[in-house]
Amino acid sequence: MEHPEHVKHPEHVEHPDRAAAFVANGERLQWHDKSLWFVREKRDRASGVIPEWEELRALAAGIKAHTLSRLADYLEAFEAKATALGAHVHFARDAEEHNRIVHELLARRGITRVVKSKSMLTEQCGLNHHLEAHGIEVIDTDLGERIVQLRHEPPSHIVMPAIHLKKEEIGDLFHDALGGAQGISDPKALTEMARGHLRDKLLGAQAGITGVNFAVAETGGFVVCTNEGNADLGTALPRLHIACMGVEKIIPRAKDLGVFLRLLARSATGQPVTAYSSHFHGPRQGGELHIVIVDHGRSTILGREHYRRTLQCIRCGACMNTCPVYRRSGGHSYGVTVPGPLGAVLAPHVDPAKHRSLPFASTLCGSCTDVCPVKIDLHEQLLLWRGDLGRQKLVPLKKRMASRVAGWILVRTWAYLLLGSIARWFIPKLPKALAQHRWNDWGRQRELPPAPKETFRELYAKRRRTSGKAK
Amino acid sequence: MSDRSRDHVLRSLRAATAGMTPVALPERSFTGVRFADVEAQFAKSVAEVGGRCIFAEDAALESTLLQLPAYAAAKRVLSRVPGLARANVERAELRAPRETWNIDFCVLPGELGVAENGAVWVVEAGFSHRAAWFLAEHMALVVPARKLVHNMHEAYERIELGSAGFATFVSGPSKTADIEQSLVIGAQGPRSCTVLVTRGPA
Amino acid sequence: MRDVALFVPCYIDQFYPQVGLAALEVLERFGAEVDFPPAQTCCGQPVFNSGSFDAALPLAEKFLDVFSSYRYIVSPSGSCTSMVRHHYAELVPHRMGELRGKTFELCEFLHDVLGAKPEGHFPHRVGLHASCHGLRELRLASGSERRIQPFDKVRALLSGLEGIAFAELARKDECCGFGGTFAVAEEAISVAMGNGRIADHERGGAEIIAGADMSCLMHLDGLIRRQKRPVRVMHVAEILAQAARDPGAEGAGGAEGAERADGADELVEAR
Repeated sequence: MEHPEHVKHPEHVEHPDRAAAFVANGERLQWHDKSLWFVREKRDRASGVIPEWEELRALAAGIKAHTLSRLADYLEAFEAKATALGAHVHFARDAEEHNRIVHELLARRGITRVVKSKSMLTEQCGLNHHLEAHGIEVIDTDLGERIVQLRHEPPSHIVMPAIHLKKEEIGDLFHDALGGAQGISDPKALTEMARGHLRDKLLGAQAGITGVNFAVAETGGFVVCTNEGNADLGTALPRLHIACMGVEKIIPRAKDLGVFLRLLARSATGQPVTAYSSHFHGPRQGGELHIVIVDHGRSTILGREHYRRTLQCIRCGACMNTCPVYRRSGGHSYGVTVPGPLGAVLAPHVDPAKHRSLPFASTLCGSCTDVCPVKIDLHEQLLLWRGDLGRQKLVPLKKRMASRVAGWILVRTWAYLLLGSIARWFIPKLPKALAQHRWNDWGRQRELPPAPKETFRELYAKRRRTSGKAK
Repeated sequence: MSDRSRDHVLRSLRAATAGMTPVALPERSFTGVRFADVEAQFAKSVAEVGGRCIFAEDAALESTLLQLPAYAAAKRVLSRVPGLARANVERAELRAPRETWNIDFCVLPGELGVAENGAVWVVEAGFSHRAAWFLAEHMALVVPARKLVHNMHEAYERIELGSAGFATFVSGPSKTADIEQSLVIGAQGPRSCTVLVTRGPA
Repeated sequence: MRDVALFVPCYIDQFYPQVGLAALEVLERFGAEVDFPPAQTCCGQPVFNSGSFDAALPLAEKFLDVFSSYRYIVSPSGSCTSMVRHHYAELVPHRMGELRGKTFELCEFLHDVLGAKPEGHFPHRVGLHASCHGLRELRLASGSERRIQPFDKVRALLSGLEGIAFAELARKDECCGFGGTFAVAEEAISVAMGNGRIADHERGGAEIIAGADMSCLMHLDGLIRRQKRPVRVMHVAEILAQAARDPGAEGAGGAEGAERADGADELVEAR
C-alpha cells in the first residue's frame, strides 16, 4: 500500500532510533504529545454527544465489511453510473500506472499548472514527484500539505500534515518561500498569507486533482470533505477535474453517506462534520471529470483474511491521535506515508523486511482499536504481524534467540526455577555501573525489580505447611 | 487506461474475495440522535462550527441581511435567492469561473439544514459558476425552518442524489487548524457563513 | 466456591511474591478454595508478543496441561489472563474448549463471580492505573474511548474501603509504556510514557499508584525509585489484603511500599 517513496526517508532506519531522536528534545516531545491529545479529547467530546455512537461504529464496520466482500461488483456498478453521468473512469494496477494515467491526461491537454487537494493515495503513489519530473507544477492546496510541500518533506499525519511544526517554523518558512515579513508567527496572519498565495495558484490552475473520501456505487458520484474549501475551489475553477481513489473507497448506497459523514469528522478532529462535504456527480458544465481507481497492493491485503479489515479505513487519523507511541515519536519516525498504528499494519504488506520494526512500535495498548470508527482491530493486527515477521525470520536474530532460549527454559519448571534463583541472587549484587549502564535498556533509566529471598511458591509451600492443609 | 488494467484490477479483487463468506449489508436499526427543539439545536450547531444563525421572516430577508456589516458594505453581491435589491452581479456577467473571484457577498438557498452539525445542503442547479460560492468573501445561506432535520440519516432520506451536478453540505465558514491546532476562520473560502432560517407566511 | 487454581505470573512468582500471597489471601477471604499448581511457569506472553509464536506454543500446551482440570483459573494479572483467554486461540485453537469460561483476572473474579464487597480501612489517596490489557481486552472498565455506560470493576472493589480516596487523572486510562519487550526495544518512548503517567498521578495527589497488573507497576516503580519520587506502587490485591487486616483503628502506614519482600513474610505471619 505504501511507496514508491520519493521522500527523504533513510533506508532501514528502525523506529526506535528515530523515536529516540524525537524524544531527545523533551520540550518538543511534550508539545507534540499535548497537541495530539487535545485532538483526541475533542474526538471524545464530539462522539460523546451521539448516544448511538457505538451502534454507528458497528453499522459502519458492517457496511464496509459487506462492501469489501463484493468489491469488484460495486466498482463495476460505480463505473457504469459514473460513466453515464459523463465521467471517465480509469483503473490503475499500481502507483506507476496511476501516475502515468494522470500525467497523460494533463500532457495531452498541454497542462503545466495543477492544484491538488489532500489525497493520501497520491502521496503514497509519489504523484507530485512524477508530475514535477515532467515539468508540471503541482501545488498542494490544503494549508498543512502546502506547508510540508514547501519544506520538501512528507506529511507527518494524514489529517494534520504539519502537526509536527511550530508556528515560528512556519513563519520562517513563509518568509523564505512566500516572501512574507520576517518574524510572523500568528496562525491567523500566516493563514492569511497562505490564502493570498493559494488564491493566485488556484486562479491560475489548469487542472484540479482531488482525492475521494467516499464513492457511491448506487449513484456513480463521490464525496470529498475539506474544511478549507480548497477541493471545491480546485475543481470549480479549472476545466479538468481528476479524482484519484483507492478501490476501497466505495460504499453501496447514498444513504450510507449519512453513517460515514457522522463518524468521519468527529473521529478525525472532533468537529461534527467538515465545513464542506461536497458531492460530485459527473463533470461540471463545460468541464471534464476523470476518476482514477487504484489497486496498488489493496487486492493483496483483501486476500489476506486476518488483515483485510484494514481496508475498512476511512482515513480519519483517530488511531494516530490516540496512539501514545505516535504522539511521542512523531509521524516521521515511521518512515512511511501513513504513520501510526494504521501505517504500522499497512507498511509490512509492501516490504516486510524494510518495515519490520513498525509492528513492534506499539505497546499493544488497544486504544487505536477502540477509537476506530469502523472497528478495525488494529492492535490485534500489530500482534499478528509480529508473528508473521517471526515466521519469515524478520525479527532481529537477538530477539529470536532470546525467545527460543526463554521458551526452552519456561517449558521446564526446574529450569525456570533455577534461572529465577540465579537472577534473584544476581540482581542485588549487580554493580551500579552495570545495572545502569547505557547498554542496559531497562536499567539506564529504571531500577531493576526487587530480588526477594523467596519466591511466591516457596512462601506458599511454607504457608501450607504451617496451616497444615497442603494439598 | 487500458481494458487490461481494468480487468486485472477487478479480477484480482474477485480472486481475493473468492473464498470469503458473504457478509450481509446491514440496515440501520436506530433513528439517530433527535432533539427536543430542532431549531434551537440547529442554531447552536451553526454557532459551534463558527457560523451564525438568524431566524427571519421571509419578507424581512434583506433587512435582516443588512444588519450584517459585511452585507451592508458589500459592493458586489451575487444572489440565487430572489428578491434581494442589493444583488448586483448578473449571471451573464460571469463568463468564466475565475471572473467570480471578486464577489464580496454570496447568498444561496439551502435545501435543508441539519441540527446535529449545522450543515446546510446547497445544490448547484443549472447555474455553473459555483466557484463564487467558495471565492466570495462572505456567504449567507437561506433555509426555511420547515426544512430542518435532526441528523444526517434524515438528511439523506430527503436528498435526491444521482442526477448530474454538484451539491455540498456547508457547515460554517471555511476554516483550518493546520497551524498548531489554532482554529482560524476564513482559510481559503468565505470568511463568514450566516444561516438565515426563514418562516414563511404558510 | 471450590477448585480455584491460582495462576501466578512468572515475574510475580520471582520478584513480587507478596502480590501472589495477597491475591491468595483475598480469594480465601471471599470463600474460594485455592490451589497453586506448582508445575506452572509462564503463559508465554513475552515470547508470543515478540513474534515467536512457535516458542509460545509449548508454553500454551504446558499451561493447559497444568490448569485445564480446574473449575476456575484466576490470576492477579490482566495481561497474562488476556494472553490465555484471547491469544491462545492463535496457538491452540483445538484446545480452547478446555478454557471456556474459566480464566479470570483477580478483580474480575472477585467482582463478577464471587460478588465480593471488600471491606477494611485504607486511608490513602490512590491513583488507579488501568492496565491496557485488563481494560481493553478483558474490559475491566468501560474505557475512555467507548461511548457506553461507564463502569470500573477495579474501582468498584476498592471504593468500599473506608478512608480511601482516588486521585483524579487528566488522562484516566493512558498506557504506561511498559508493553513487555517494548520497554527495552523502545526504551526512549517507554520511559517518556511512564514519566507522563507518574506526573499525572502526582498532579492528582496520589500517594499510591495502584493497578491490577504488576508488570506496569514494575516499570513505573523502576522510574519512581530511580528518580526518588515520593509516590509508590501497590497491586490492588495488596491493598485489599492490607485493608482487610486493618479494621480501621489506625497505623495504616508506609511499610508496605519500601520493603515489599519482607511485607510478604509479615503477611504470612499475620495469619
